[in-house]
Amino acid sequence: MSSASCVDTRPLEAILARYPAEEASLIQVLQDVQRAYNYLPCDVLVKVAETLGVPLAKVFSVGTFYKAFALKPQGRTVIKVCTGTACHIRGATQLVDELERTLKIKPDETTPDLRFTVKTVNCVGACAMAPVLIVGETYHGNAKAAKLGSYLAAKEAGDEN
Amino acid sequence: MRIDSSKAFARFVAQAKKKAAQRQREVLVCCGTGCLANGSAKVADAFAAELANRGGQASVGVFTKKTGCHGLCERGPLVVVQPNGVLYTKVKPRDVAEIVEKSVMGGEVVPRLLYKDLASGQRIATYTEVPFYKNQTRIAMRNIGRIDPADIEDAVAHGAYEGLAKALFTMTPEQVIEEVEISGLRGRGGAGFATARKWRACRKASGERKFVLCNGDEGDPGAFKDRSIMEGDPHSVIEGMVIGAYAVGAHEGFIYVRDEYPLAVVHLTLALAQAREKGFLGTNILGTGFDFDIRISRGGGAFVCGESSALMRSIEGKVGEPRAKYVHATDRGLFDLPTVLNNVETWADVGAIIARGGAWFASFGTEKSKGTKAFSLVGKVKNTGLIELPMGTTLREIIYGIGGGILGDRPFKAVQTGGPSGGCVPESLLDLPVDYERLTEAGSMMGSGGMIVMDDRTCMVDVARYFLKFLTEESCGKCVPCREGLHQMLAIFEDLVAGRGKRGDIERIERLARGMKLGSLCDLGRSAPNPVLSTLQYFRNEYVAHVEQQACPAGICRDLTAYEIVAELCNGCHACFKACPVEAITGKTKELHVIHHDKCISCGACFDVCPSEAIRTFPKKELAERGVA
Repeated sequence: MSSASCVDTRPLEAILARYPAEEASLIQVLQDVQRAYNYLPCDVLVKVAETLGVPLAKVFSVGTFYKAFALKPQGRTVIKVCTGTACHIRGATQLVDELERTLKIKPDETTPDLRFTVKTVNCVGACAMAPVLIVGETYHGNAKAAKLGSYLAAKEAGDEN
Repeated sequence: MRIDSSKAFARFVAQAKKKAAQRQREVLVCCGTGCLANGSAKVADAFAAELANRGGQASVGVFTKKTGCHGLCERGPLVVVQPNGVLYTKVKPRDVAEIVEKSVMGGEVVPRLLYKDLASGQRIATYTEVPFYKNQTRIAMRNIGRIDPADIEDAVAHGAYEGLAKALFTMTPEQVIEEVEISGLRGRGGAGFATARKWRACRKASGERKFVLCNGDEGDPGAFKDRSIMEGDPHSVIEGMVIGAYAVGAHEGFIYVRDEYPLAVVHLTLALAQAREKGFLGTNILGTGFDFDIRISRGGGAFVCGESSALMRSIEGKVGEPRAKYVHATDRGLFDLPTVLNNVETWADVGAIIARGGAWFASFGTEKSKGTKAFSLVGKVKNTGLIELPMGTTLREIIYGIGGGILGDRPFKAVQTGGPSGGCVPESLLDLPVDYERLTEAGSMMGSGGMIVMDDRTCMVDVARYFLKFLTEESCGKCVPCREGLHQMLAIFEDLVAGRGKRGDIERIERLARGMKLGSLCDLGRSAPNPVLSTLQYFRNEYVAHVEQQACPAGICRDLTAYEIVAELCNGCHACFKACPVEAITGKTKELHVIHHDKCISCGACFDVCPSEAIRTFPKKELAERGVA
């Protein structure tokens, strides 16, 4: 924990200023940290624990309990495969397999160049469009494994604009 | 300006209605998550641009509105042209100019974009005539798709906050509870507990500080009605909560929203700010001296947080672990203080019940399940989407009447309701009237209103394994029967689907299921074996086939299934070749195609795209007999 801090603490200060310094703020603070840093850096968690007056162990317990949080840096683009029931029976497994073949990573892993993280999520509530694939912020309904390349290319093209 | 009297409220309503009446010619563009995924935001922009080109919305006398989910997500993006209610499906930005020219300005229709009836092939012009909508009764979702969720004036013009005004200006808290009791309203989150009883218990609980909570942690996979309500009509939820707070005497509230529903958070945040500004929320609501405010609490992506006590721990900033149920939340809930927690849909019903009377609500439904219920109809059904129906509607009416039947006209196998706590209802029970009691008797439950339709290409052992995997990941780990029971059961199921099933596995599964039902701490653990038990009850033969013959009758489990092309049926269309992700299929256009078993991963992609049903499955172990593998 005492290793030299290499993360920018300015976003954290802004986040902590938004909420009352109490345990009830913990999840909301971690949500914002996750958004600002793309993961929960260790130094940041220490600071959060001190500021909110919550034991560090508790901060870690919350940070590891909820799926929205990651303790490792995430890829710049997070690809989520919905594996809700409707998506499951309409072929979500094929999407997960195709991602593994294309990006050489399994769910919850990140490509070494930090471009992509693949996740499975238990239902995003767009079941009528099953199976659903979310690349960054873009929802692809009736997603097909064969079209995966074009979904990823569309994202990359969007990033360049 | 805040509304501070019943007269001021009446003036505000009159003004809102007048404004709405001036906007007779309206273009409603569905911007629910489903239609957005299909590009409806661009369609809405195209309408705005087209009208701007024609001199602006006000001068043309045509107004566009981005609404919540219209329900028929399968055909999105959806556009409704008012005042005639003409429904256009699968609208693209390039269609917009034509719709404005012919339909909005000219009063004609654009036939090619109208809904095409599945049975007759006829185009249907108005959405009230479309079978999907015609047979619905909408109470909780009364304004979704009609209003702009970002505009409180529009919501009020359509009746929002009428119930609240009636409650605060003319009723005592006890009268409010009585009205809800008359309505027979029961919790729409799944368990079906009587809402009025919960409220009364909380009202009677001692202590000054009480809470009113909304459960928007719609975690059941396959259910999205709460998402659509929060996105499409957030005011109905807020109105219900303020009425509930008045009834129980609470001054603080939280809406707990799933992390996976970002748009719901945006719309709720805006609606809360507008409600506060107008005096429907905050201090001295409508000038009556009653104070109540609501905060949003975003979930962290944990299924167990839909359980009431876990949800409250999560709002407190803690890990979402449930606690034993002998402590009632109405006595000791959030921060150990008296708390009422209701589901999003329950809250959305409350305003309508107070405005129109409990007896009116109770005129819908069955003996013990009153009113209407929202469902998301998904899976292998033609018209997927969001619906609301009187309790007691049969599964057949829902799946075949509203849903239009099974995708590709394949045979129906089962419908899964109640999420991971529910079960699969087989074909023999298609005429079951859907209410709390009937579904429970059938070994399933109402749950959050997800209905996942399954056809013959669904393996019931795989479905049970799917739910076990889901629950194993989501079990909070606090109590042993749930944590370990799920783990052990999943291990057996992984064996079954891989062809490693052993005699006695089915009995072992049943013993574990009984143990979990008896020993788990919370309802999620106790109900976790339901998907297993109901599939065992109705589809035991499939389990037996997996154990005894190492075969998957549905041809889904990859380790047990091989695919081949029937030469006589193959027309050489090349679709399977393109669909195959591993190049296991060879063949040229208009020639016979062949699947190479050494490369095939049994994913079934070819089966799903073949237009002539030329692909068939057979047990993988036969490959050895053929000398292939």
